[in-house]
Amino acid sequence: MQPTTIDWLIMGVYFAFVLGVGFVLRRNVRTSSDYFLSGRAIPAWVAGLAFLSANLGAQEVIGMAASGAKYGMATSHFYWVGAIPAMVFLGVFMMPFYYGSRARSVPEYLKLRFDEKTRALNAISFAVMTVFSSGISMYAIGLLLNLLLGWDFSTSVWLSAAIVLLYILLGGLTSAIYNEVLQFFLIVFGFAPLVFLGLHDLGGWRGLSARLAEVASRRGFAADAWSSIWREMGHASANPLGVEWFGVLMGLGFVLSFGYWCTDFLVIQRAMAAHSMSAARRTPLIAAVPKMLFPFLVIVPGMIAIAATVGGGASGFSLPAKADGSLNHDLSIPMMLAHYFPHGMLGLGLTALLASFMSGMAGNVTAFNTVWTYDIYQAYIRRDAPDHHYLRMGRVATVAGILLSVAAAYVANRFNNIMDLLQLLFAFVNAPLFATFLLGMFWRRATGHGAFAGLLAGTCAAALHHGLSLPRGSPPGVKGGWLHVAHTYPSEMAQNFWTAIWAFIVCFAVTLLVSALTRARPEQELRGLVYALTPRENEAGTAWYLRPAWLGTAVIAAVLLLNFLFW
Amino acid sequence: MIDIRVPLGTLLACLGLLLAGYGAASDPALYQRSLGININLIWGLTLLVCGAVLFWFGRRARPR
Repeated sequence: MQPTTIDWLIMGVYFAFVLGVGFVLRRNVRTSSDYFLSGRAIPAWVAGLAFLSANLGAQEVIGMAASGAKYGMATSHFYWVGAIPAMVFLGVFMMPFYYGSRARSVPEYLKLRFDEKTRALNAISFAVMTVFSSGISMYAIGLLLNLLLGWDFSTSVWLSAAIVLLYILLGGLTSAIYNEVLQFFLIVFGFAPLVFLGLHDLGGWRGLSARLAEVASRRGFAADAWSSIWREMGHASANPLGVEWFGVLMGLGFVLSFGYWCTDFLVIQRAMAAHSMSAARRTPLIAAVPKMLFPFLVIVPGMIAIAATVGGGASGFSLPAKADGSLNHDLSIPMMLAHYFPHGMLGLGLTALLASFMSGMAGNVTAFNTVWTYDIYQAYIRRDAPDHHYLRMGRVATVAGILLSVAAAYVANRFNNIMDLLQLLFAFVNAPLFATFLLGMFWRRATGHGAFAGLLAGTCAAALHHGLSLPRGSPPGVKGGWLHVAHTYPSEMAQNFWTAIWAFIVCFAVTLLVSALTRARPEQELRGLVYALTPRENEAGTAWYLRPAWLGTAVIAAVLLLNFLFW
Repeated sequence: MIDIRVPLGTLLACLGLLLAGYGAASDPALYQRSLGININLIWGLTLLVCGAVLFWFGRRARPR
């Protein structure tokens, strides 16, 4: 369905506000701290919603719906196991060190806690990663706009790049954060009616479950494989994820999720911009509340799409097939928008989709310009320049970051395999990170040499594990087994989880060992950087709902309840 | 720094007005695809109310 005047009008109003916010915030940018850290002046709830939105890029929205269709309700493990516990841990235990150390970025914390080489390793790999992620985001926009609106790839890529560039150039991180808040509301308001109409079409949750049972039995699984989250997790072959409960809890719930939510500067930057320590600690906890409800907004549409396609809905919705005849799960949300929304709402739905694309990109660009300016340029290229020099460098880095992302988008468009390969490399680099931070924050004996050796060893372990294992049914190569196929996993997801688990264990062990053999730093240098050497915050007189420990407990209780409800 | 609720509320209210206005004026046959529900009107009004509330809170908080 092609958009008409009213749809374009709605999209136009949104983009006018996006740029308007950038122009209004322009006046607030005077120092590099205003530009990179919003002058540490953001209220907790704004930082919280931005924390959530920065991660809610297009790959997330499209990908989670696709997984909802492919794996059913069990996809919510990525939220209820793979995000919430780590977000609570970040707010309650780790944020005091990130915020309290006055580090301006995550790599800078590594420099304060460990040494220069550990920071360099993290800063450089992170900077490269953000540019490519933002490029992949742009590539996805290009493909989708081509499909939905018939625009050509270059128009979509350059237009979205120009909009993001303009508002970040003007207002820096504050502009990105404000736009992430707008985007959060647009996604909620744009997708909620879609879920409502889809469920209405299938006869409510009961109708959805009945059709999902048919989906499951047609694929040779037990009837509740698409509608339950834990019941079929006893064995990897009993559920469509191809993973057993231990892999989910350990690989996803512990290593991967803590590695992402507790160490990735892209999200942590939002919390570091909060106006006080207390607000910074509450940022991920506030974000956890909408986060735990997001499965209903982004996963359920995929489930509706597959249920309607296989079981048939009253209005005849059906997913399109790919060239090889299999169903195109990635189109769940776009096709449902086109099927259920009349003109008007269609504009709002498309706006929500575009907003998620752009904020994913903007999140990467703001993290890139900060890490480049503070952790690479100021650290190794020009150390003692006046502040306005770094502010200007930040703006130059924004332009350069976006141009590099555009280039990456074109590369992705030309050579899909290179992108797969790069994402694999990033996974190897990221897998061991959490072990380093965990030991750094909670073990005062951990040393810089230990951390650096651990990170390298962990990355090698990840690569080695990947080279020796293969998901069932894949040819050796980019999917694994490029050294020798020593073990076969039931699914790619199981292989990913176990790669992460091994990387974590090796990094942990090597960091312990090398730290024990090298000289520790004097304790007074580690004050404020390590748990045992940092005074606890005095919370007397703070209302209970403002105390991170209480908030965190409430969040965990709520997420446990959700797990039981959908058991 | 401006309170985010002011531009956010204004945006939602503008979008709500557009949707509700279009919903009230458009041909009912359009709503066959949304299962006979005039989703533009209903959701437009919802957006308008939410936007107005956010705007009001944002303005009230300003002289701090």
